[in-house]
Amino acid sequence: MIEKKSKKGAFLALAFVAALLILVIVLENTMKPTHMLFTVLKKGAVYALVATSMNLLNGFTGLFSLGQAGFMLLGAYTYAILTIPVADKDSVYYLYGGSTVKFSLPDLFGGADTAPGLILGVLLALILGGCVAALVAWLIGLPVLRLKSDYLAIATLGFAEIIRAVFQWDKLGPVTNGANALKNFPTFSSFNITNANGEVVLRLSTFVAFLLSAICITIIVLLINSSYGRAFKAIREDDIAAEAMGINLAKHKRLAFCISSFFAGVGGGLFAMFANQAQAKNFTTAMTYEILLIVVIGGIGSISGSCIASFLYVAASEWWLRFLDTETYIGSFKVPFLRNGFRMVVFSVIIMIVVLFFRKGIMGDKELPDLFRKRAKTKGKAGAEHA
Amino acid sequence: MPENVLSMEHVTMQFGGVVAVNDLSLRVDQGEIVALIGPNGAGKTTAFNCITGVYEPTNGLVTFKGEPMIRNHPQGKMAKEYKGSEPQMFTEGYVPAAGEQTADPFAGTGKVVSPTPDHVTKLGIARTFQNIRLFSALTVFENVLIAKHMRARQNFLSATFRLNAKEEKRMREESMALLEEQNLAHLKDEVAGSLPYGIQRRLEIARALATEPKLLLLDEPAAGMNPQETQELTDFIRQIRKEYNLTVFMIEHHMDLVMQISDRIYVLDFGSLIAQGSPAEVQNNPRVIEAYLGVADDAED
Repeated sequence: MIEKKSKKGAFLALAFVAALLILVIVLENTMKPTHMLFTVLKKGAVYALVATSMNLLNGFTGLFSLGQAGFMLLGAYTYAILTIPVADKDSVYYLYGGSTVKFSLPDLFGGADTAPGLILGVLLALILGGCVAALVAWLIGLPVLRLKSDYLAIATLGFAEIIRAVFQWDKLGPVTNGANALKNFPTFSSFNITNANGEVVLRLSTFVAFLLSAICITIIVLLINSSYGRAFKAIREDDIAAEAMGINLAKHKRLAFCISSFFAGVGGGLFAMFANQAQAKNFTTAMTYEILLIVVIGGIGSISGSCIASFLYVAASEWWLRFLDTETYIGSFKVPFLRNGFRMVVFSVIIMIVVLFFRKGIMGDKELPDLFRKRAKTKGKAGAEHA
Repeated sequence: MPENVLSMEHVTMQFGGVVAVNDLSLRVDQGEIVALIGPNGAGKTTAFNCITGVYEPTNGLVTFKGEPMIRNHPQGKMAKEYKGSEPQMFTEGYVPAAGEQTADPFAGTGKVVSPTPDHVTKLGIARTFQNIRLFSALTVFENVLIAKHMRARQNFLSATFRLNAKEEKRMREESMALLEEQNLAHLKDEVAGSLPYGIQRRLEIARALATEPKLLLLDEPAAGMNPQETQELTDFIRQIRKEYNLTVFMIEHHMDLVMQISDRIYVLDFGSLIAQGSPAEVQNNPRVIEAYLGVADDAED
């Protein structure tokens, strides 16, 4: 009975995601490709993945970690370093006379211009980016995961800052390009299909962002609904009881930390693809706070909440509130307050209002399907009463 | 003589300068129900925590099914500050006195064994807590299912990609069967924290049973229960002992329950064992009466 229900649910979720992906393709090929919507969708997809990975740790395992930007940085740099075409290395690393990394993954599979080279190279580089982040997470997890709550948060925050400083270190220049940006690697737009004349036939850039993000989020959801996900929740609920139930705390905490960091690393790679560049100074603590904000607004312990909130957050901060930043005149009347920076004031007030009225975030700890199920249940009850 | 399940030998637990448990030795045999009683603050729960690996005892040996499970001796700073008894017994180079009987296979080696609580559970010791510790935001079914996690043959990859479907199905079936045996099946989708107190107690025991224990440690199972509920609990403990072939070691304050159900009783006061024996023996022991009721002022002089 339960299995049947979950199978049906999985099928519905899959259909929903497929419909979303098709919608994205259709939108991108019918609307103006420079429309703000696509920037929002791409960034939203990337942030949804990173927020979900943070939720896995903060919401499901109960480990309050603030190292997300650090792990994203690791993923972004790994991705960028491994995918910059060999031909472009000298121009990107011009300050350091070329890179010490003499190969490029897409080039190994036939170059970033060919489909297999692009797809295999990008996928492999993203996965390796995740692996580097997970490996570093494992190492710093050894001392750091002995800490709890706020102490863990401070330690991971410190780690993210250290990583950022290390990657800007001049001596590492031949690998990381010092404080300069890494660029010229394959981005989301590289996936647009062009004809022989170089004209775009089919735009897939937003679709690719959605697809990669959706695959990763699906894997996280599968993990959360598995036996290990239950063990994580048990640790969140009561670690002493979890341990008494035979759950190895150290092992499971480390596992959650590494998996979360893996997907943060992949998310970092995707962020580099979105931003067309990777630069250490972008992965600041402020970015971690943005993601934490998304997790809190979406609901701690709700994956669909994190996804919805990330799109709302990105849309509000990048698009819907833009007009507040420009001075506007209605006739000869200058609208008060509207000037550069006012957007952030309004944005902060909105966030305060959201947090005041949705104490547990938009979704609480419920998922989208739960809402429908509940409605069906109450409807059934109401029907029974009427009868 | 029945098979020994649990034995504690000269276990001392010292926190800083406070000796919470001093030189506690006891044994629990297969199929017995043994109770540990004593006034508040006597060190009963500390003794439990020493058995389950929550605390690492300062000194002493705990064996489970004849195998040494926990072993320690005062080390480092504690070696100087140690105030308990038998400080030499588990250190390196200790020579047992002639005719001394010990269950310690590591005598004279100074070996330290300190498993984590999950390891102890895996060996076959399950426990409940004095203040209920359910996973209160999860459902009844999930609470039991989590206890099955440790014995499942799977890793996080096979679990994520559903390659462990057989194991998962087995875990679910076993959990469901257990809930049915415990008459909790109708509550399986309820959130554990929203259940009435008595049911939460039952669920905590059911969850402990799901780890497939040989020995069940109950820390004040009847706390906060009325006489009728306590009576039901008494029958329940007898019943699960029989059905699951369990050995039960419990801490309890309700004397009716303890006297009715226990095969043997150990009495702890200020960390030390002051009496042991059958319920009748313990009831009439003057030291026990003194510990529980106190002594009249004039008698003290």
